[in-house]
Amino acid sequence: MSPILPNAPAVFPPEPALVPTDTAPSPIREFLRKRGSGRLADDSFAAVMLVCACSIFAIVLFIFGVLVLHSRPSLVAFGWKFFTRSAWDPVSGDFGALPFIFGTLATSLLALCMAVPLALGVAVFLTELCPRPLRAPISFLTELLAAIPSVVYGLWAVFVLVPLMRNPIGPFLVKSLGWTGLFSGPNFGVGLLTASIILAIMILPIISSLTRDIMTAVPNSQREAVLALGATRWEMIRIGVLRNSRIGIVGAIMLGLGRALGETMAVTMVIGNHPDIGKSLFAPANTLASVIAGEFSEATSDIYLSALIEIGLALFLVTIVVNAIARLMVWAVTRGAPARVH
Amino acid sequence: MDFQTRSMRLNKIRRNATNYFVSSLSVLATIAVVIPLIAILFYLVYKGASSLNLAFFTKPPAPVGEPGGGMANAIVGSGIILMLASLMGIPIGIAAGVYLAEFGRGKPFATAVRFTADVLNGVPSIVMGISIYSLIVVRQKHFSALAGGVALAIMMIPTITRTTEEMLATVPHAIREAALGLGVPKWRTVVSVSLRTASPGIITGCMLAFARVAGETAPLLFTAFGNQFWSLKLTEPIAALPLQIYVYAISPYDEWHRLAWAGSLVLIAMIMVSVTLVRIFANRGVLKGGS
Repeated sequence: MSPILPNAPAVFPPEPALVPTDTAPSPIREFLRKRGSGRLADDSFAAVMLVCACSIFAIVLFIFGVLVLHSRPSLVAFGWKFFTRSAWDPVSGDFGALPFIFGTLATSLLALCMAVPLALGVAVFLTELCPRPLRAPISFLTELLAAIPSVVYGLWAVFVLVPLMRNPIGPFLVKSLGWTGLFSGPNFGVGLLTASIILAIMILPIISSLTRDIMTAVPNSQREAVLALGATRWEMIRIGVLRNSRIGIVGAIMLGLGRALGETMAVTMVIGNHPDIGKSLFAPANTLASVIAGEFSEATSDIYLSALIEIGLALFLVTIVVNAIARLMVWAVTRGAPARVH
Repeated sequence: MDFQTRSMRLNKIRRNATNYFVSSLSVLATIAVVIPLIAILFYLVYKGASSLNLAFFTKPPAPVGEPGGGMANAIVGSGIILMLASLMGIPIGIAAGVYLAEFGRGKPFATAVRFTADVLNGVPSIVMGISIYSLIVVRQKHFSALAGGVALAIMMIPTITRTTEEMLATVPHAIREAALGLGVPKWRTVVSVSLRTASPGIITGCMLAFARVAGETAPLLFTAFGNQFWSLKLTEPIAALPLQIYVYAISPYDEWHRLAWAGSLVLIAMIMVSVTLVRIFANRGVLKGGS
């Protein structure tokens, strides 16, 4: 017998016959295996979870594949020029998406210009300057703003914002800023400017709440260090917090941009649905999303439908790219990347 | 005083002035945001409340021009589509979240899934709508409630995945280790220990996703399509509340406008209730003070 292991066989490695095998598994083990204690149960559970996780990839691939497949006629007929031409004639089958790209970019950028300063101001106020009892109600209110469906915003815009644009706001803008040439042409109330305003209202809570998250992720030691050097409150915010969260704030703004690019319902209701590039901010226009929403159910010919689906594909790709870049930026800040003071 | 003291004093005045100026700017920004928002909410509630009556909840739409009528078929239709979407989306979403939190920690595949879920959250809902149209409606050659349910389900899945994962990550490791140490199989630990501990958070995550898709119109435009009559069949076009609001809002009839306002009030009330419940239950149930 081996001196180390009293029960070990004399020959090592032992011949098979000397090793006791599980010819009669214990009843306890059998009982536990029936209750799911075995390898099979664990592995199959993990496999099911894995399949469901793969469903996310499957969704993305399906959407991409289906869109490419159904936009083939248009891809073949127009090629890349589809995005650089300015035609949209369903009758003769001539399609070019440039007006919609212009509409999307113009409304989104204008909405960003209006929303970003306000959102940053709200975020700065809520994280740094707000008295504690007011913090919860105001942040709840901005969360509520984010939760209102887009069709309700559209409804409000059609019945309140559009008449406002027609009467007090439109003539006021013409009088004060008419020299810029941006406010020429008739003012119907619907148009690029109205769509931008409602978009700004919609993306404001997203940018503001993300910025707040990013600003709270900056460790307090940064703030204390700057204050200890004798900074005023605003200097503390600027140097200790905003400088450290620059990347994250840019990411938050890009997420707002991504939302603005894809916003459909409210924009469809107030943009005027005119496939043309206008020179004035009052001109009716169309965005990539609103042309799909407005004309999809009336697309009679195959080429018309596939042109619209190609627009949907373009929208899909653009929002994926914008969102991916934005998420990377936000991750970089909130995932514990070391804060740098410089 | 000498030049240095004077310039230091001026500097101090300038810095203090900038401080007050910027602080007041941010207060103004908050007021500029909060006041119109409250105005919008109040206007919506006022317009909706003055248009709401019992007929709204019990009758389908009346023919154009006739008074009365309601949106009962849209409310029921929305309920059916949302139930379909939840049945399809919630289990898959929770399972994906469980994978990310329990089985995929540290694996690059899990990071890729997480990133893709975040990116998918930002895809416009109209794109989901037209892809489900091309996938299901074109094949079946008719609009259906089922297609609408699928479109909403694929919108719910990424949201539920991420919130489930985050809620499961808050479950302290000690509990899992204790269960595993007692011989509980891994799958049982996940189901009976982790999921049960995180269940309030997971439920609130599902409610958030539910509230979000309840207000979505664009995916339903080309899948469920809307219906002016009572319809409970899953293979036929079905009315949905946000869809009806859209159609009525851009119509030229005053009666329909009234119905649109009432419908939007019902929608907002439902969403506000969900958001408030989420806020109340957000921090309950997860074990505090765990290691």
